[in-house]
Amino acid sequence: MSAFLLKRASTWPPLAAAALIGILVLLALPYLLSPYHLGLAVQMMIFALFAMSLDLLIGYGGMPSLGHAAYFGIAGYTTGLLALRLSLSVWLAIPAGLLLAALTAALFGLLALRTRGSYFLMITLALGQVVWGIAFGWRSLTGGDDGLPDVPRPDLGLHLGLPWSLTDNTPFYYFVLFSVAVGTFLLIRIVTSPFGYALRGIRESETRMLALGYNVWRYRFVAFVLAATFAGLAGCLYVYYDRFVSPDYLHVARSAEVLLMVILGGSGTLIGPAIGAALIVFLENVISAYTERWLLLLGLIYVVVALFAPTGLIGLVREFRLRRAEP
Amino acid sequence: MTALVASDISRNFGGLQALSHVSLTVEAGERRLIIGPNGAGKTTLFNLLSGAMAVSSGNVLLFGRDITRLPTYARARMGLARTFQITNLFPRLTVLENVLLALQAGDQSAFSLHRRMRANHQLFHGADALLRKWDLTAITGKRAGDIAYGEQRQIDLILAIAMQPKVLLLDEPTAGLSAAEVVRVVSMIRSLPREITILTIEHDMDVAFELADRITVLHQGCLVVEGDVEAVRNHPQVKEIYLGVD
Repeated sequence: MSAFLLKRASTWPPLAAAALIGILVLLALPYLLSPYHLGLAVQMMIFALFAMSLDLLIGYGGMPSLGHAAYFGIAGYTTGLLALRLSLSVWLAIPAGLLLAALTAALFGLLALRTRGSYFLMITLALGQVVWGIAFGWRSLTGGDDGLPDVPRPDLGLHLGLPWSLTDNTPFYYFVLFSVAVGTFLLIRIVTSPFGYALRGIRESETRMLALGYNVWRYRFVAFVLAATFAGLAGCLYVYYDRFVSPDYLHVARSAEVLLMVILGGSGTLIGPAIGAALIVFLENVISAYTERWLLLLGLIYVVVALFAPTGLIGLVREFRLRRAEP
Repeated sequence: MTALVASDISRNFGGLQALSHVSLTVEAGERRLIIGPNGAGKTTLFNLLSGAMAVSSGNVLLFGRDITRLPTYARARMGLARTFQITNLFPRLTVLENVLLALQAGDQSAFSLHRRMRANHQLFHGADALLRKWDLTAITGKRAGDIAYGEQRQIDLILAIAMQPKVLLLDEPTAGLSAAEVVRVVSMIRSLPREITILTIEHDMDVAFELADRITVLHQGCLVVEGDVEAVRNHPQVKEIYLGVD
């Protein structure tokens, strides 16, 4: 066993070095990028968190959800409404958003977790559309398909006595970076915890986990609520970034997009979906400048990934390394 | 003391009665063998005992406590473990992780979200000891889906043993194994502490008679004969239905 532990330890220095460089680059970005590109970086980080939250469900728990945008949107609307109508501070608006996303997930989980596989996919899709329908139809609260414009960005300085406000792009970037970093750290802790390993076990064989004495339903339920909460955090951040929230936030197209981010990057790795998210956000922004057929392209990307890299980009990298190791 | 009692249990699949009115009493520490031709209801019996399926009627008792309505995981926590006829591992996890999950099931930390699994050295030492004991350290880091079939069968058995069960249900532990592997698996089973109650479904008659104190014969969902090895071996009805002798 000692040899096994040593082998893991020896992969640390390069990993730690890469992580350190990554952190330094992220910290320096506001001084390297134009405001437009900084905004792109913020979007990438937010969607990375969103995709990682879905990866907890799909990659670790084996629960393919096609309604994950519901929690992104519910938290987004909650935060947006509280900030806009009640001028609530960010320290209350975000927790309220997370709470509502978690409560909705707890309710939906009771229904969705009775199913598996493609049935789970269909019921999460249906539940997601219910939320979309409410956001679309309840005009007096949500503004219907006009959405809610002019959501104010929070002003942290007032509360902390700090000299900056999040209305400026640079402080806002750091605010998002910090929030996403905390979310990522928590997600990493979850997937490396005993709970996280139990989730992998459930993904691999539910019957064996039951026979071993695991209360599988409880694990799946907690994972479902946690994944929704992290998706909610991404939604809250995105509302402050966009200063706007509309039914598009919870549309099935958004659920499908984040699903594709996970698959493109490589599910069950966290880092893979984060890379997948960054890549898709980048491509969407670049390609939208030339054509309006972004969804067509998204579909094409999906087909190519399904055919040539079913385990995602991370899977490709692993395969490449394996082949080099065994000539 | 009786370990496991099945009292008049039946299971229907639509119109088909897979198991009808079977009663069974297994003493603590007993080695019970379940035999019968294909479709006799052996695996169905295990599924009912372990809770993987609900009974259509009847009761199941574990150490005197009625567990008929308890879900599988609750029965497992009471000390009822099983293996699977069709190998049922965590194929994309390593052999070590497979064993760790089995050990962790009985650990207080199983539901913990904030601790790191790899920091639980006690769990690692337990897994290491188990794999060392059965001379499987060479495959520790391999994915369970990638190892040889014979090794998978052994890991399947080790996962059940790792739970430190009081009652162990073994569903054809030697199915599909080579002669040498059969010897290994049989010696694994024989070396288990005598106080563990073991019910085994087995097709290989030599293995079967080697492992058993008493034998229960099922045929077309019904219990036909129950008795010690000699009595069952020489029973005319058993010869007729099971061994295919007229």
